[in-house]
Amino acid sequence: MPQKKTRADGKRIRVLVAKPGLDGHDRGAKVIARALRDAGMEVIYTGLRQTPEMIAEAALQEDVDAVGLSILSGAHMALVPRVIQLLRSNGQDKVRVFLGGIIPDEDVPKLKELGVAGIYGPGSHTQKIIDDIRNAVGQAA
Amino acid sequence: MQLHRSALEGDRLALARLLTEIENDTQAGQEALNAVFKRTGKAHLVGVTGAPGTGKSSLVNQLAQYYRKPPTGEQPRRVGIVAVDPSSPFTGGAVLGDRIRMRELSGDNGVFIRSMATRGSLGGLAAATAGVVQALDAAGYDLIFIETVGSGQVEVEVAKLAHTVLVVDAPGMGDDVQAIKAGILEIADILVLNKADRPGVESAERALLGMLKLGHPTKRVVHHGLAGEVPAADAELAAANEWIPPIRRTIATEGQGIPELAAAIAGHRLHLERSGDWQRRDLARLQNEVEDLLRSQLMERWRDQVDERVYNSVMEEMLGRKLSPRQAAAALLNGRKAS
Repeated sequence: MPQKKTRADGKRIRVLVAKPGLDGHDRGAKVIARALRDAGMEVIYTGLRQTPEMIAEAALQEDVDAVGLSILSGAHMALVPRVIQLLRSNGQDKVRVFLGGIIPDEDVPKLKELGVAGIYGPGSHTQKIIDDIRNAVGQAA
Repeated sequence: MQLHRSALEGDRLALARLLTEIENDTQAGQEALNAVFKRTGKAHLVGVTGAPGTGKSSLVNQLAQYYRKPPTGEQPRRVGIVAVDPSSPFTGGAVLGDRIRMRELSGDNGVFIRSMATRGSLGGLAAATAGVVQALDAAGYDLIFIETVGSGQVEVEVAKLAHTVLVVDAPGMGDDVQAIKAGILEIADILVLNKADRPGVESAERALLGMLKLGHPTKRVVHHGLAGEVPAADAELAAANEWIPPIRRTIATEGQGIPELAAAIAGHRLHLERSGDWQRRDLARLQNEVEDLLRSQLMERWRDQVDERVYNSVMEEMLGRKLSPRQAAAALLNGRKAS
């Protein structure tokens, strides 16, 4: 018999991948975008030098489930809290924030306390990131 | 369901969530589209299509900025942008990168950008693009750009959805045989020759002009040879019975040629309104949507009532080459009894 189209097939995890701040190295962000794509997610890639305001606005218009930030400049303690604050003030409390890049160990507890769902330094496995995102948005596949 | 009410009242998060429901074709999304439909039909829908890398996103970025800060005397327009990129046929995932070129539009409440993946649709748009556009229309965005996936030759669905179609070309995209092939160039209401600072712009324009002349052999007046040929003034174009697609050169990265392109878009709108084509296109678009819905619903209805044993026996006869596919379809439709 021909298969019935199921409506539930429609739902896809949508992730915004953005590079806030001024460093111009986006290779990591692109690798992540590609890995998430290959995991069946829809990745909205916004490119370099995004302000927290731009990121929050894109996250809102695109109604994403998660935001991935890549920061190599050391400005994460200034940028990440601002992004989270803007997401919350826009009503997107449920959007989970993930962080990649060069993040010193001593900053990790503070960032987690702020609500960052996962932090990934050099050498992280993309599969781990994919699994964490799926679990965090409640759609383990 | 309060989502669509909040969305229509200007709540941007509610609008974003409504677009997700529509994109996922949920019951809530379908009901919201029914509810907002009476508020649609006001927006000017402008399709933007063309090969990958011709500069569609950059062009939309510049046009949107133009309409947000128009020359003195004109009201800023509220601009919606629906940008479609392809889904992977293997994993269903997608990288949607059109926003990269639209960073200047950030921070403006009069602009709403939504990226969509094709999710298996061919034709350059997603199945839910029409619904997403309707929701933006109902929410008061009066100019909506629909950017297709980077299109080759047959991704012409946008012509069924938009009032005005821009086909974007760039120098060096192929010889003049490409220009006489059927498909994407035929759907152009306005041809945009972007990256006009690149070498080869003259020959690219000549190829497009040649193609247009073949389509409208008696209508175009040649003034001073090909290079000096000036398309009729936009008002004149709009008044004519037949719309001849004008060619506009642009350099989207620098904003050059954008006011001229906007004038051509305004001219086309005027033409649509004066000639009655606005209503005709509206009707054709809605008919197309109804037919798509009928097709899928009739298919579902047939599926619900077909006898599985009949289905299997017909398939078996077809495999044994006793029935052709056409005869098999006829047997299934005519409700043959199980043998």
